[in-house]
Amino acid sequence: MAITTPKTAYFRGIVDGSPFILLIIPFATLFGVLATEAGLSVFETLMFSVVVIAGAAQFTALQLLQEEAPTIVVLASALAVNLRMAMYSASLTPYIGSAPLWQRALAAYMTVDQSYVVAIAKFERSPEMTVPQRIGYFFGAVTPIVPLWYGFTVVGAYIGAQVPDSWALDFAIPITFLAMIAPMFRTLAHVVAAFVAVVVSLLVAGVPYSLGIIIAGVIAMMAGARTEKWLAARQRAAS
Amino acid sequence: MIDTTTLWIVIIGLGLGSFFLRFMFTGLVGNRIMPEWLLRHLRYTAVAVLPALVAPQVLWPSATGGTPDPARMAAAAVTLAVGLLTKNVLAAIIAGAATLYGLLYLLG
Repeated sequence: MAITTPKTAYFRGIVDGSPFILLIIPFATLFGVLATEAGLSVFETLMFSVVVIAGAAQFTALQLLQEEAPTIVVLASALAVNLRMAMYSASLTPYIGSAPLWQRALAAYMTVDQSYVVAIAKFERSPEMTVPQRIGYFFGAVTPIVPLWYGFTVVGAYIGAQVPDSWALDFAIPITFLAMIAPMFRTLAHVVAAFVAVVVSLLVAGVPYSLGIIIAGVIAMMAGARTEKWLAARQRAAS
Repeated sequence: MIDTTTLWIVIIGLGLGSFFLRFMFTGLVGNRIMPEWLLRHLRYTAVAVLPALVAPQVLWPSATGGTPDPARMAAAAVTLAVGLLTKNVLAAIIAGAATLYGLLYLLG
């Protein structure tokens, strides 16, 4: 299906975002379960998911609240987990930066790992897309994700039972993200960046508050940019 | 028991803070031109941040208390391989999940 209007872009986004339904349903349910176990009401649990809308940061905050960590520590740790959102925002800016402010604000609220990775993969593959088409596509990609995040938080809050370990839910995130990243290795520079990210993230895995992700991410981005420059210089020398 | 006031401070503070992080560039930079060196780095955001997020969980899963687990490593390898070969996200997820549950059952 060729994308010709923002509307077809929106439907294309829905299709491309829908594999994440498999991830969002169990995770939202799990958050609902854990939050009510921690003593939150159904309303408080739902508001947590609606206001914050960030899986990993919500789990972190909930964990620290239960440990009765100082409020400032809870906030700083959970925001550190979410620091990568600023990197996503920067990465999306060249593509949607000229959209109307309200659209950018709404897109910012809905910038999560899943919507970012679906959208950026599409924007890179299809540079001919117009800004309204990109915005349409982005909102399409979040359509199967965000309502389910709210809805299944509530379902989990009502179920309130423990999710069995045999479901191996911890591994839903690595599997869905690896599946999303695999088609993105378009050049040697992408491969180098990913390789450096893996090596550095393992070396700095002991750094607290998930800051290792940011350290490894920045170093890997530098490695990718360096490789791109080197490849371009070599191509110029050859021609 | 979590104190209600603390909870709401955290929910609202985390919501505002997260929104600020997400809006920082799309909102404040907007359509101003960013320098070429910065754009060159930003092209690698996805292939840098997501592997960094995933790699430690593949090697040292929290579910096993950080002990490397053959089923999880094999599932990660299969997901990546199917993703690279087919470029089909859903096929890669299903292959990875099947590998994980299959091996957890066989090795369990």
